[in-house]
Order: sequence, then structure tokens, then C-alpha cells
Amino acid sequence: MLLVKNGRVLDPSRGTDAMLDVLLEGDRIAQVAPAISAPSAEVFDATGMVVAPGFIDLHCHLREPGDEPSETLESGTRAAARGGFTAVCAMPNTKPVNDNASVTRAILERAQAAASVRVWPIGAASRGSKGEELAEIAAMKQAGIVAVSDDGRPIATARLLRQVMDYCRSLDLPVIDHCEDASLAAGAVMREGNQSVRLGLRGMPAATESIAVARDVQVAELTGGRLHIAHLSTRASLELVRAAKQRGLPVTCEVTPHHFTLTDEDLAYDTRFKMNPPLASRSDRDALLAGLTDGTVDAIATDHAPHEPALKDVEFDRAPFGVTGFETALALGLEQLVHTGGMTLMRLVELFTAGPARALGITRRVATGEPADLTLFSSEHAWTFRAVESASRSRNTPFDGRSFRGAPMATIVAGRIVWRR
Amino acid sequence: MSASPDRAALTTFPGTPVPQRLHHMLGIEPLTVEQITFLLDQSKPFQEIQRHPLKKLATLRGKTVALAFFEPSTRTRISFGTAAARLGSDTMNLQAEVSSLRKGESLLDTARTLDAMKPDCIVMRHSASGAAEFVARRLEIPVINAGDGTHEHPTQALLDALTIRDRRGSLEGLNVAILGDILHSRVARSNLHLLGKFGCRFTLGGPAMWVPRELESLAPPGCSIRRVARIEQALEGADVIIVLRVQQERQHESALALAEYILLYQLTPERLRLARPEALVLHPGPMIRGLEIDPAVADGPQSCVLEQVTNGLAVRMALLFELIGSAQTESSAVAPAQAKDAADAAR
Repeated sequence: MLLVKNGRVLDPSRGTDAMLDVLLEGDRIAQVAPAISAPSAEVFDATGMVVAPGFIDLHCHLREPGDEPSETLESGTRAAARGGFTAVCAMPNTKPVNDNASVTRAILERAQAAASVRVWPIGAASRGSKGEELAEIAAMKQAGIVAVSDDGRPIATARLLRQVMDYCRSLDLPVIDHCEDASLAAGAVMREGNQSVRLGLRGMPAATESIAVARDVQVAELTGGRLHIAHLSTRASLELVRAAKQRGLPVTCEVTPHHFTLTDEDLAYDTRFKMNPPLASRSDRDALLAGLTDGTVDAIATDHAPHEPALKDVEFDRAPFGVTGFETALALGLEQLVHTGGMTLMRLVELFTAGPARALGITRRVATGEPADLTLFSSEHAWTFRAVESASRSRNTPFDGRSFRGAPMATIVAGRIVWRR
Repeated sequence: MSASPDRAALTTFPGTPVPQRLHHMLGIEPLTVEQITFLLDQSKPFQEIQRHPLKKLATLRGKTVALAFFEPSTRTRISFGTAAARLGSDTMNLQAEVSSLRKGESLLDTARTLDAMKPDCIVMRHSASGAAEFVARRLEIPVINAGDGTHEHPTQALLDALTIRDRRGSLEGLNVAILGDILHSRVARSNLHLLGKFGCRFTLGGPAMWVPRELESLAPPGCSIRRVARIEQALEGADVIIVLRVQQERQHESALALAEYILLYQLTPERLRLARPEALVLHPGPMIRGLEIDPAVADGPQSCVLEQVTNGLAVRMALLFELIGSAQTESSAVAPAQAKDAADAAR
């Protein structure tokens, strides 16, 4: 038994904001009440901390199997725990691609043995994520996937997307799409704009994303399937999602911390600032901040994309896309949204908990009988992020050396403290 | 901004203020007007050298310049090699076709290997924008950018500026037309930065997809950049016309039919008449006669093409001297005087 005492429980699913103790028994929450007394329980003193439902990251790359020098299920989930995440959705672009149940099972078995937090695999939408024929989605669903995606690339054609969405509707799975018009993105390494022209780097226009979002929203309408837009980064995309929601379509979206923190003006040949979608304009970033606050955006997702140092220590054109993100996500949310943006802590917690849960079609609550997954954090704790101290095997973060106000303090998964500061 | 008195004494033009010392030459954008003017002034004695029957100095004797051309280049590589040779320096050559790059070695490993052979500087051309900066950040020795992707080609802009200044007496406030594929041109970017710092007014003319609005944001304070759809509009009133090469090897870009390009954008004698009568025509080369430029213009009295080539040697000698020559050794300390003597002797 574990008793989390003296914390401020924030539960956006029911709007709870109160000083409550939480008693965990086994892998479930046993009681949520003021001043619980449980003499036999181990006590965690959460004075000064927020006690939130366990954070969910809808979007990460754990690289195992196939690219273990960059990350493993062990190292990646240790980094996730340090970021306050209790469950992470692992994208299928491993080697081999997670496009069949045997790969899904292998990932889950490995996670069972080595992972610090829950690993929720996402299956490929098409075989090999090649955009040609459907992957074995039903078998993967039985094995444990929580969504499908061909992330890293868009679902290739409207026709394939239609099939995937129809099929996944029958399986009650959301379809996550990396929205990008491949022809506009070809050869591009950053967002098109003044900065790309100044640096002589090939840019992709903002429309690269929103053209694909428009397609996807219309296919969602055609099929009635659940669509989740990955790492949304532009104003135009956000407006399409806003309009789709107003029409009552089951469309959700996520935004990454790097997209709501940085812009293309922050980029100057440093490959730690290279990711896809690329950093957007200031106007786009401002729109994302507004969308996060007004509820258009459902979730903050990291798109944690580790690459071993040698892969990133090359010319900008040649470097792979992607930045790490687990350990800085909450702190950036506090910095950009709460401390300077005026967002409530409740809304921020929603973006890490109830929001992503909604996209997956599940709930996330601090209540009796629920899974004993909790994220404890401080909105004030001062600290500095050092990439060399990261639990990730990779160092490709644009936030190395950044000082923060607010941090995860402890991560509890299935009743166990898997990490504490 | 304080410079050593030794260094001030080296200048051939005593009135020229000595600006902050350069360690690398990665691009024109970060340079000050003073630094640019200093380099152009320093090029003057080296221009004279080119007319002398005996062109070799001992200024950089014992030094080694590494020429690392990761992208095919003929004229720039020969120009730098000749500049180094005429200063008495040795060179080591790395060419993409024969290098280990073909075997998959990373740029970083190649650069470190070159560095381990202890050259005094690296002159580098690479197809990736930012590649020279990438190497400069990781090595101690000076790096000269001889063209990085579609970013900058600073010595081309310096030699263009020297050519223009020689003919017009000054760079201030000129009307400059740049014609062609400006988006993908490192020469255009470096020229925009350089001439922009001197308050030039630019008119950019070329196929609309290669002259995007974002180019206007490159204008430094006091400089204006205007885009026009027809090159005739760009040419009207121009003092200087920079004709760019048509880059047919561009990736990810559908090519424009050459006949279309010739129809709308070739610099012909008729179009040239729209410019000021004494307008200068510059071309960075390699030039394709009959495509971007009519042979009659290329060979006409307003063409500066061959002067540009000769001035390229002078500018590159001045730059090598500035980066690796002028500091410590006694052999280098005599350089400008020596150059001046040689020039005087040539008269």
C-alpha cells in the first residue's frame, strides 16, 4: 500500500481541485479522501505538489526493436518516467515495423521485462507503413495496440485512409495521421519562410500540413471514423480541426512542446532544431498557444524522437528529423502556458491526461477503483535540464541547459513509485 | 574593435580603419561595412600583382591551404589554388570524386582527417547550406566558405564588389538588378548582403517561383529589395546587372523549359539598352552563352566577366593573407609592402 499525503489533487475529468490524500492498494486506487490514515502503508509526502492522474504521451518513438543505439524500451521509458509520464504510445516505425501481432507482442513482452512505465503500442496502418495494403490491424488490436498510424509519413492516399478509417471504426481504434503533402515536403528540411530563404535551406510551406489535414477531415466525415492529427503545427491546420469539431466530427489533435515553444527563427543550422513537422512561424506558434488554451487542442504529445549523437552530428540537410522530449514536456508546458500564458493548472493537466485519454477512447481519473497511475509535480521547483543527465540514450534536444520553473517530482505506475526526483 | 598596431601598419592604405579581425570567412551577412571595405582595400595590391610578370610572393611560405571541394568546382577551386600558390603557400586538395566521401565517410570525419594533416586553413565548398559553419564550429583553424549549398558564396560577392567599385568608384547607393534563379543562388544571397550594406537598391527579376517574397526580408536597413515579374522592369535604370546561371541540376524542382527562359529572361542587347548606358554586366560563371545571356552582351563592352575572374584571385589572396598571413611570422609581415613593390615594379 502507498499513501500519497498532503498533495493538491487536480483531476480534470471531474474538475476536482482539493487537498486530498490518495491511497493506493495493489495496482488500483483504493481511496481518495482528506486526511486518510493507513498505518501499514508506505507514505509519500506530496506537500507542495500537484497530484494528477498519470500523464499519457500519445506520441513517441522508442526505437526498439531495430535502433537500440538511439533508444530502447528500457532507456526510453526511464526518460518518460522522469518526465512524469505513466503511459507512452510508441509509434510503429521500428525495424521491423510494428505491422503485425508478433511484433506487437514482442514489444509488449520486452516492455513487461524492462519498461518503467506502461507502453501502449501503436500499430502500422499499412503493411510496412508503405501505404499500399492494410496491416493486420485486428490481430494487432488483440495483441494490444491502442491506435494505428503510419507515422513518420502520412497515410499515403485518400483511398487507403478511407479503408483504414472504415476498418478501424469497426475495431474501435483511432487513426493517427502524420499530415503532410509529400510533394510539397520533398527535400525540405525546415519550414518555408524568411528564415529558410536566409539560410538557404529548403523549406516546406505551412500548407504542406494543412492540405493533408483538410483531406483527412473530409475522409473522417466520409467514414465516421475517429481521426487524431499528430503533432499539429500550423494555424491553418488548427482552424480545420476547430471547424471539424464544431461540425461534431470525432477529430482530435495534439501539439508538441517544441512547436508551442520555438519558431523557425530559433533555427540556424543546429540539427537539434530539426524535426518534422518543422518549427513554424511565430504566427503559427501563437495560434497553437491559443488552441491549447481554448480547447481546440486535445493533448500535448512529445513526439520524443531520439537519434544517437553521431546521426545528428552532420550537415543540417543530412540529419534525421526528430528531437527528444519526455523530460522537458511538462516544464515547457508550465513555462509557456501557465507561467506566461495564463492557462490554469487544471487545463494543463487535462492536456496531459484526460485529453490524450479522450483521443484513445479511455478515461483517466483519480478515483477509487481506477488504475494507480499518478503524476506528482511541482509548478515552482527550479531546475536546469542537462541533456547529458537524461535517461534517454540520445541527446538531440533543443532545450539542453534551459532552466525551468516547475518539474515532475514523482511518477507512480500501477501503485509503484517508478521515479522520484 | 581594437586592432594591433602591427596590423594597422600592414595596411597599404594608411587611412583605412582596421576592423575587427576575422577568424573565418563563412558568409557576408555577419560582416560589417568596415570589414568589407578593409578586405576590398587589401585586395588592391594583389590586383596589381596579377599584372606583374613574376606573380609569386613568399608571404605564405611554409603555410598550407587545404582545398576541400565536396561539390564539383573548376573555377573557384583553381582560383583559390592559384591565390594560395601566388602567396607562396602549399595546397592540399580534396575532391569529392576521389575522396572517401564516396565511401560514406561523414563530413565531420573528413574534416578532422584533413585537420590532422595540419593545414593552416580550409577552403571549403559543399552542397549543404551551413556546411562551412558546421566545420568551422568543430575545428580551430580558419575556414573559408567557397560556397555552401544555396546559402552564401562570400568571396564571389567580394570579387563582384571589387569589380564594381573599380569601375564605378564606389558601392554606395547603386541600382542593382539581379536576374534569374535567385532563390537557389548563393551568389545572389551574398551579393544582396554585401551590396545591401552599402545602401544599394535591388530589383530582382526572374521566374516568379524563384523570386519569392521572402527574399525581401534579406534587405538590411537602408537597402530596398523590389521584385518584378518582367526583367525589363528590373533593368530600367540599373547601374549594375548581375546575371545568374540557370541551374538545371536543381533537385525537387520541375525545370522550366529552356526556351521559356530564353524568351522571357535572357539578357539581350535590346534589353540591356533599358539599363543605364554605362551599366555593368556581371556573371559569376560558368556562363552559358545563348541561355541566360546573349553572346553579344557577354562579349560586349559592359561585360565585366573576365575582370571578375582576375579580381577573384586578388580578393582570395587578400583573404588568405588576412586569415593566415598577417599575424606572426616575419615572412608574412612584409607581404603588403612586397606586393606594393612588385606592383610598382610592374608599372
